[in-house]
Amino acid sequence: MIQFNEQQMAEFNRLVARYPEGKQKSALLPALHLAQDTFGGWLSSETMDYVASLLKIEPIEVYEVATFYSMYNLKPVGKYLFEVCQTGPCMLNGSDNIIDYIKETLGIKVGETTADGMFTLKTVECLGACGYAPMMQMGKTYREHLTKEKVDAIIAECRNNAVVNN
Amino acid sequence: MGRKLLLEKAHVENIRLYDVYRREGGYRSVEKALKTMAPDAVTEEVKKSGLRGRGGAGFPAGMKWSFLAKPEGVPRYLVVNADESEPGTFKDRYLMEFLPHLLIEGMIVSSYALGSNNSYIYIRGEYAWIVDILEQAITEAKQNGWLGKNILGSGFDCDIHVQRGAGAYICGEETALIESLEGKRGNPRIKPPFPAVKGVWGCPTVVNNVETIAAVVPIINEGGDEYAKIGVGKSTGTKLISACGNINKPGVYEIDMTISVEDFIYSDEWCGGIANGKKLKACIPGGSSVPILPANLLLKTAKGETRYMNYESLSDGGFASGSMMGSGGFIVLDEDQCIVRNTYSLARFYRHESCGQCSPCREGTGWMEKILWRLENGEGKMSDIDLLWDIQRKIEGNTICPLGDAAAWPVAAAIRHFRDEFEWHVSHAQEAQIRNFGLGHYADEIHVPVSA
Repeated sequence: MIQFNEQQMAEFNRLVARYPEGKQKSALLPALHLAQDTFGGWLSSETMDYVASLLKIEPIEVYEVATFYSMYNLKPVGKYLFEVCQTGPCMLNGSDNIIDYIKETLGIKVGETTADGMFTLKTVECLGACGYAPMMQMGKTYREHLTKEKVDAIIAECRNNAVVNN
Repeated sequence: MGRKLLLEKAHVENIRLYDVYRREGGYRSVEKALKTMAPDAVTEEVKKSGLRGRGGAGFPAGMKWSFLAKPEGVPRYLVVNADESEPGTFKDRYLMEFLPHLLIEGMIVSSYALGSNNSYIYIRGEYAWIVDILEQAITEAKQNGWLGKNILGSGFDCDIHVQRGAGAYICGEETALIESLEGKRGNPRIKPPFPAVKGVWGCPTVVNNVETIAAVVPIINEGGDEYAKIGVGKSTGTKLISACGNINKPGVYEIDMTISVEDFIYSDEWCGGIANGKKLKACIPGGSSVPILPANLLLKTAKGETRYMNYESLSDGGFASGSMMGSGGFIVLDEDQCIVRNTYSLARFYRHESCGQCSPCREGTGWMEKILWRLENGEGKMSDIDLLWDIQRKIEGNTICPLGDAAAWPVAAAIRHFRDEFEWHVSHAQEAQIRNFGLGHYADEIHVPVSA
């Protein structure tokens, strides 16, 4: 069975405390972020049911939210998730070429994960970095002004980090 | 060189930190408001300033505040809309990233005016690192007595909380944002009741954009009348413009709304001209939802007058020959860009972001995307162009929230002004796969008939 540790539970309680008495459901979005970060980068039904029980709401209330918002992953993703913006301003600055280059370099299609479980490629809609296009999100950070060279460097950096952290 | 009210200190080293921000004159507006002004007097100054909502709609902020219901014993809420998701718009991100205390300061003063003891910042989930910046600023403000109980001995209590969204453009619409803040799907509510009467948790709520709330700081410091002297007509104060696309200097610029569009694009003070020595073909001046204009109608109105960077001038000519200020997301397209492809990209965006609640939007956005894909990929028919026009007409005005309009307008404007380029994609389907239509006549001077 999955469970938050003491520190994660404290964070969960901090989230709930922001809202008025009895309105703990309001903490659902931030709680799902916390759960996703904690339990392997995606939301399994077990994870969603656990969040429902913590917030004292029905599981369906969690499912309907988890399926609505694009940042929640409903299936496992690689250790590093590349979310490349493809909307208007990024497209004007060559985001299609960047997406193609990542596909070619990693040997995967959009939505797929590399066989070693390291990388998942997703395309996303506008991330609010239009002046620094083309760009992608990776975890909590934005990687901007992407070029093929920069993509190579990011992939190398991820591989290196994975080795160091293992 | 225009006046800067918001970004003046953006380049001061470590301005993100409280001590530096305070040393540079920060939090004066809180002292002034809480020590010398009644809450209604603060609202009055905002009304006098003529400040218009900076999120896109341009509704007068002071008027919005004055609509807030104040029933006895019911809490009221200020919610800051930091769900910046309109393609082309990245100004709030800049403001929060570099001047977090300016937003916090504006929120304290605004919360005081509105009587909100717990105010929220709803920030788009992807801006995850900015959440940390804001929470750090809130902690510092609290440690220094600007938040918490009985601020400055005024008897006013206020706390600020940051809530992360999770990836949904629709949550920038204020009732969808409220739903999301309550932990639900971002489906917009039917209005009335308006949030001012029944907002978050059924309580009276004001939702304002980040830039709007930040602008309250100079308004209180200098007075609403002084603020209203900057700019022109009903475009008072300064506006943040996030410029992007094919320009030499993309970025966030604070302008007073008296400069011409031509200066904004070509002057080195702002966009620095079109990148790679190319020619200007078209521009979406206020975020992806507003009508795209060809170069000739962008720089001059249909009457042949200079077009300026303000609410009135950008919308001069209505949708027939004008556009909108919108959120200030200024997207520039050079001569090598394909209007059909750009319109397709935006149509895909709106299909992805439609919440699915209203059928005209849910079905229409997907249909438009498919037709635009056909046209762009050499499989379109001439009749598709009229079909597109027909679909967008049937979405516009027929949905609960403005996302339907926002999806319809870019398609309508693209066909209105660039119809020959759409037709060329059908008549020269093969050729359109290997080269772009180019500049066409879109930058040609428009002949203005001399009136008698």
